[in-house]
Amino acid sequence: MEILSNLALGFGVALSPFNLLMCLVGVLLGTLIGVLPGVGPVATIAMLLPITFNLNPIAALIMLAGIYYGAQYGGSTTAILVNLPGESSSVVTCLDGYQMARQGRAGPALATAALGSFFAGCVATLIVAMFAPPLAEVALKFGPSEYFSLMVLGLVAAVVLAHGSLIKAIAMVILGLMLGLVGTDVNSGVLRFAFGIAELADGIGFVTVAMGMFGLAEIIANLEHKGTREVFTSKVKHLWPTKEDFKRIWAPVLRGTFLGSALGILPGGGALLASFGAYTLEKKVSKNSAEFGKGAIEGVAAPESANNAGAQTSFIPLLTLGIPSNAVMALMIGAMMIQGIAPGPQVMTERPQLFWGMIASMWLGNLMLVVLNLPLIGLWIKLLTVPYRILYPSILVFMCIGVFSLSNNPFDCVLMAAFGLLGYICVKLECEPAPLILGFILGPLMEENLRRAMLLSRGDPLVFFQKPISATFLVVSIILLVIIALPNIRKKREEVFVEET
Amino acid sequence: MVIKSPKDFWAGVMFIAFGAGMAAIALTNYQMGSAVRMGPAYFPTVLGGILAALGLILFMRSLVLKGGKVPAFSFRPLLLILFAVLLFGYTLKPLGLLGATLLLVFVSAYGGHEFKWKEVAILYVALFIFSVVVFVKGLTLPFPICPAPLEDFCRF
Repeated sequence: MEILSNLALGFGVALSPFNLLMCLVGVLLGTLIGVLPGVGPVATIAMLLPITFNLNPIAALIMLAGIYYGAQYGGSTTAILVNLPGESSSVVTCLDGYQMARQGRAGPALATAALGSFFAGCVATLIVAMFAPPLAEVALKFGPSEYFSLMVLGLVAAVVLAHGSLIKAIAMVILGLMLGLVGTDVNSGVLRFAFGIAELADGIGFVTVAMGMFGLAEIIANLEHKGTREVFTSKVKHLWPTKEDFKRIWAPVLRGTFLGSALGILPGGGALLASFGAYTLEKKVSKNSAEFGKGAIEGVAAPESANNAGAQTSFIPLLTLGIPSNAVMALMIGAMMIQGIAPGPQVMTERPQLFWGMIASMWLGNLMLVVLNLPLIGLWIKLLTVPYRILYPSILVFMCIGVFSLSNNPFDCVLMAAFGLLGYICVKLECEPAPLILGFILGPLMEENLRRAMLLSRGDPLVFFQKPISATFLVVSIILLVIIALPNIRKKREEVFVEET
Repeated sequence: MVIKSPKDFWAGVMFIAFGAGMAAIALTNYQMGSAVRMGPAYFPTVLGGILAALGLILFMRSLVLKGGKVPAFSFRPLLLILFAVLLFGYTLKPLGLLGATLLLVFVSAYGGHEFKWKEVAILYVALFIFSVVVFVKGLTLPFPICPAPLEDFCRF
């Protein structure tokens, strides 16, 4: 039972007092930003990255991971009580959760979300522990051509699963890839796209890009519309779901967990896709499908389990292949690089404590979330009443301090502002920023592997199709692109994303 | 020429500008190399070409297919928030957290819908104290707290 000894090692690491504290800090912060609408995990993790310079790698990654799955918990609270998705993955929870709150059943809705998430978290932790090692073993045999093709597949999948225009998403990926090339070229030492600016010699920091594109652009876009919020604070009394509720939710929770876990592993997947998928599936198979949208408890249970499961299993490609499947994972790669860890399959064998410690911390974090969150709901509700005009200057202060501390140079603030502007323009033109961040992280890696592969094959581009694994990745990418370009399916895809929002 | 889908049109223009621009810079300034030994210009040129081509597709499509208008820009929050960030960056060293946070909080708050002097002032004081305690004292970031001439007044 290698898994058991590995998990024991992991729990040994995760249960050290400092790591426990970091896990707690992470999940609390995650819940906090999940609760607050308009503050997402991408911006928050980007904001905290500079601070993790001072931590040891294990503690840093445990905390950052906690933020991501903590945010899934917190997001549901806002969705249910205010009908605002605190987190993009809770969009579908709004539909039935808010209706339940209006019927005076906010308590059971919140409890269902928390318990469903906890169950999903436990299962997903096991799945990560079971599937990551064999995948990492396969990945150890990858050469440059396999890696290049895998990255192509990852980017294509991210594009296909992004919502909005396909062409725009691909263009954003490529724009990201190009921005990632700014700075000194490792092979030739040539300074590219630096325009004589000394600060650009080391490239554009992805923290600056992420904070500008997500943080700043989000704030500016949020300031455009005044929103009034109706908070159901007084109505949260009896939390516990009834027996009847339990009967109705166990199957959706199971289905949500497994669908969410599967969708989380996919490149391009993660919490958002998982929750949409689970809601759509549940609506199709449920006996009470007529009730959906009018306060069906299944409509809360399934997506909430799914988004938590998806959030956790999306760590699998990150930990085993070193390939991020969504923007948050891209930031986690950045965090690992900051700590001097090259992400990839060797992490598991070379740093088993980090690998298993992180997995164990996920389960502990989920336990903390369910134990802390139900009693703390009152506090989170209070936070919801903090007006945005207080919130956003505070976020700006933390963002500016974080960005400035990267290199103690005002230039990083200029870059962040520039990316804020680009992000805002992209919002207006309906170009998703997430593919850009993925491309940005993968740009240098892709170029490096492409060069190596071409060097090894003596300039024969067919090498990518001659190696079986590499060819498979490329063929799957092409099939995905073709399928999605077919008019029927494209229409369907757009419907799925439009229907629920 | 009638633009039927302004959103796609401008997105197309943006991608063409970025793609063609960066490919041109790469081609004129860096070495192309060959497929076996790629020079620093190779990858950016290829990517720039693809990006410009995608932009062109969007551009052409926007002349044929009907699509959404570009929503109006709200210049007040946009300019004030970006300006506040720049202000913070360039005033942190000369004015310390005391001054830089003041400018950031007040300018950005002015970009919102409601601006109440008293509320913003309290928020500023709270954020300043929090930043000093957490970032400078706790995480030992090397930020000046006060403007240089006043340094002797604020030793905590």
